[in-house]
Amino acid sequence: MREWALIFVPLAGAGLVALWPSNRTRPWLLPVVGLAHVVLTFWLLVDPPIVAPDAWLGFDPLARAVLPAVSLLFMVCACYGVSYLRMRSERPNRVFVSTLLAVLGLLSAGHQARHLGLLWITTEAVTLATVPLLHFNATPRAFEATWKYLLVCGTGIALSLLGSFCLGYASLYSGGSGDLTFTALTAQGAGLSRPWVLTAWVLLLVGYGTKMGLAPMHTWKPDAYGEAPGIVGAILAGGVTTVAFTAILRVRSVVSAAGQSAAADRTLLAIGLFSMLVAALMLLGTRDFKRMLAYSSVEHMGILSIGAALGPAGAWAALFHVWSNSLTKGGLFMSAGNIQRAAGGRTMDEVRGMAVLTPRSAAIFVAGMFAATACPPFSPFFSEMRVLRAAFETRHGAVAGMFLACLLFAFFGLTRLVFAIVDGRPRAAAKAARDHFHETAGVIVPPLLLLAISLWLGLWTPTVLQDAWTAAVAQLFPIK
Amino acid sequence: MNETANLLIGLAMGLNLLALGSNRLPTIIWAMAAQGMALGVMPMLIEPDFNWHVGLIVAATVAGKGIVIPGLLRRAMRAANIDREIEPFIGFVPSLLLGAGGAIAAVALAGMLPLLPEQAGSLFVPGALASVLTGFVLLIGRAKAISQVCGYLILENGIYLFGLLLIHAMPLLVEAGILLDLTVAVFVIGIIVDRIQRAFDSLDTRKLTALRE
Repeated sequence: MREWALIFVPLAGAGLVALWPSNRTRPWLLPVVGLAHVVLTFWLLVDPPIVAPDAWLGFDPLARAVLPAVSLLFMVCACYGVSYLRMRSERPNRVFVSTLLAVLGLLSAGHQARHLGLLWITTEAVTLATVPLLHFNATPRAFEATWKYLLVCGTGIALSLLGSFCLGYASLYSGGSGDLTFTALTAQGAGLSRPWVLTAWVLLLVGYGTKMGLAPMHTWKPDAYGEAPGIVGAILAGGVTTVAFTAILRVRSVVSAAGQSAAADRTLLAIGLFSMLVAALMLLGTRDFKRMLAYSSVEHMGILSIGAALGPAGAWAALFHVWSNSLTKGGLFMSAGNIQRAAGGRTMDEVRGMAVLTPRSAAIFVAGMFAATACPPFSPFFSEMRVLRAAFETRHGAVAGMFLACLLFAFFGLTRLVFAIVDGRPRAAAKAARDHFHETAGVIVPPLLLLAISLWLGLWTPTVLQDAWTAAVAQLFPIK
Repeated sequence: MNETANLLIGLAMGLNLLALGSNRLPTIIWAMAAQGMALGVMPMLIEPDFNWHVGLIVAATVAGKGIVIPGLLRRAMRAANIDREIEPFIGFVPSLLLGAGGAIAAVALAGMLPLLPEQAGSLFVPGALASVLTGFVLLIGRAKAISQVCGYLILENGIYLFGLLLIHAMPLLVEAGILLDLTVAVFVIGIIVDRIQRAFDSLDTRKLTALRE
């Protein structure tokens, strides 16, 4: 029952918001629904329900390992959203608030989907629901970004439908009953037709990889993150991409049951390393700090993909990294939003000296940058360490070397850009713009909170979470 | 059953080439609509005895792909006052060659994938792959937003054709969900096309170049 509430509470909230008359009080419904969702997910985390094996939808160990992170991120974003939308009171926010809540409901459904078709339907629905969020600013650039997002993600998602059909046909061809739940597909295991499984894997990896933003299908990311409001970027980077990642994990376990885990892991490793490399090179070149966050997100998706390829220990590290990445990115996106608002620009040519103009946001931005580049003691350091250890344990020394090299380049790229923005003497025009923006608690506490949680996760990873990740790994790598 | 089905799939593959070779937007829209309708009636051929489940899918697909969506695109085309694709990124002859090469590759590739005995010898898989490739060429190679939308819809037609292989396995709920999602997708795309038309006063995606590294 509670797992259904995770979906229907936000959707009902979205409906209520759509009818809510006042533009000023409407955003307050965001944290209300967000809080209800967090309470529900953490209750489910501590006291997980028993999921019937043939259930289409359920709070199974994998959902338990990832969904609370998304819920937590959403709640904090929702609190920030109240202050953000107050600053943007000139724009009607009915559609924005309502689709934001719908996205939360659909994400909850996507994380819990245990049926190939249902998983596709929810992922596609999330993709469509995020469209009004991307062009909230209604500038020509925002429409351009939305168009590219629609075309690239629409095509990717269409390919994953083709892949789902191929996997379904693999089951049908081998005498399956046409039951497309992951449990049934895994049970069919080695009986699945090999050519169809491999075709399906390629298509599903490309399709859901597009949604995740793995290179070379990442092209929508810099545009979308650059033009969307900060909280939308945070929810895309920390919530929407993770649903695609869990989709890939679920499909991978079917492919692995069919005896093709070597091929699956090789492709995941290759695409992960390529994403990290592309991201690192782009980070060295970009001058726009919101696009920088997008490339950093591509890099972290690469890390997730590499983790998923390195056996049970790697998958455990990847689940840990989902938490680290979601929370750290959230803090970065919000502080970047503050800086952009105060400075009135987004590139290192327009913005400098933010340590003087917005000292608190700049401090959070720098701390977040160190967290995202895996400096201790933030949690990305510990999760990436575990990925690295898994690489050595599975004798992937070359992978570990390339992994470290890409991290180093990304570190150079990020520090170069962040310090160019934070240091120096503020521009005269920016000083005037500062009067429009005040660092109130509403825009400072949420990113600070996320970074604090990231720190806490790194230093004192709670046992309940470790258990949840272990249970999820046991689901993904069943002992034969 | 297979002969009629193959005839319709062959027709759809021919329409792919028509869409690739034409510079007139109404022709591309027409090819896309005709293809959608030809594939839309196929469930009737596969399912020998008529039932309401199949009837519903056929009616929804033919109405959606053959009438509603092309109508919306024609309206957008008139509003933007364009009817020709001038200077595509990939020329018409190269696109045709790509499409023809793609169709041959699709047949070769499909030969490597095993089919159930009752579907052996059918053109489902090559037809689906050829349409997906055609969709890609249109998406990448055309500059007008309407041609790109047509490319996306042809790609979807290909996937729909493949989905017919699973028609007995898919529960109605999943089919309905997929159809609903695709319909909403087209409407969302339509809204964005309209906004682009207003913001840029053009449907030429070459003007969408503010965002780049």
